[in-house]
Amino acid sequence: MEGDARYRREPIGTHPRLDSPAYASTAKRAPRHAPVRIGQSLSEITGPRPCESVAPGEADLTRWDGGAAMGERIIVAGCVLDEDGRGVPRTLIEIWQANAAGRYRHDNDRHDAPLDPHFSGVGRIMSEANGAYRFMTIKPGAYPWGNHHNAWRPQHIHLSVFGPAFATRLITQMYFPGDPLLALDPIFNSVPDAAARDRLVAAFDIELTEPGRALGYRFDIVLRGRAATPAVN
Amino acid sequence: MAPPRLTPVQTVGPFFGPALVRRELEQMVVAETRGTRITITGQICDGDGADVPDAMIEVWQANAEGRYDHPEDHQEKLLDPNFHGFGRFGTDANGRFRIVTIEPGAAPGPRTTLQAPHLNLSIFARGLLNRVVTRIYFPGVPLNETDEALNAVPADRRATLIATRDPAGALDSYRFDIFLQGARETVFFDI
Ligand SMILES: [Fe+3]
Repeated sequence: MEGDARYRREPIGTHPRLDSPAYASTAKRAPRHAPVRIGQSLSEITGPRPCESVAPGEADLTRWDGGAAMGERIIVAGCVLDEDGRGVPRTLIEIWQANAAGRYRHDNDRHDAPLDPHFSGVGRIMSEANGAYRFMTIKPGAYPWGNHHNAWRPQHIHLSVFGPAFATRLITQMYFPGDPLLALDPIFNSVPDAAARDRLVAAFDIELTEPGRALGYRFDIVLRGRAATPAVN
Repeated sequence: MAPPRLTPVQTVGPFFGPALVRRELEQMVVAETRGTRITITGQICDGDGADVPDAMIEVWQANAEGRYDHPEDHQEKLLDPNFHGFGRFGTDANGRFRIVTIEPGAAPGPRTTLQAPHLNLSIFARGLLNRVVTRIYFPGVPLNETDEALNAVPADRRATLIATRDPAGALDSYRFDIFLQGARETVFFDI
């Protein structure tokens, strides 16, 4: 495997600390031991490439079960890139989100807000050759949760991306600009570095906006890049 | 233009099931897949020993020859068109999971050493702000003695990474429990 560069170490402060007491569910679930650092082998620089047949319609969440979903239609688009700015081609992106009223189509969601018979809240797409992707969806509502008194999640969309390797696997959440709940959210604020946190907030984009139809939000997803030289562990 | 910077991760949260957990992704082997069938069952537990019913495990492994189905694995070993090495499993109401796959072969390590056969695991759950990464190794395998990742782990914690033969199960049936916290906390890796 000589010649295949390893993936760069992730800068401290970019990812949340697992043990973030403000997010109450971490108390019993975050491991107490520091993870054991190992060199990257074939096991880490290869990785799953699920290439299930994704139907074109799965990138449009606004029409489900024969009707139009309620709420504000939005376009969420961008590129899956690596830290060197190269597009990540043909990688699976999966998203899920609450409906416009802030309710998930999930048995455990007890929020007293209506379900929308025409919104499943689930979408999939494969990135293009240059890493580009585009979803049409509904702006999700904020929703209450039991973390602390009067806790509300800011509006967000969950995203899951594989990238080229086991080392690049990423699950994250995309937020919306100007949301007053961001400052109060322990999950968003679990990212220590403020500049990194800002990268979770999509940008409103008038160029992406479709006249008479949907506002556009741009969100690039940046995965780990290659180390400059293959690391000697 | 400045290069783009890494996107931070966030928790998978409690509501990922309908989007991510799909029957076809649990199916790692088909009748034609080469290799010895194995079943690995286990449970994910939190620091109180309580079940974690809202977790998801992703498996990535080499085929029976020890080759990964990926363009960067250049080994001259057979690729199995009926095995891709990926599986995704949601835990059930009791925090349990069941992986049916094949015994992986040995793949090269970071240097020229051979790694012991193992499954690579990512675990996602509400309350985990990032995935945790671990490996499942198999008991009684001589390569375990020289495996670099296993040897990076303090000796008294290594057993958390080695599946045990399931006394209640058939010959190729293993047990691998995952403890997110507590006295038996599973070893997780920083890759
Ligand atoms: Fe959510």
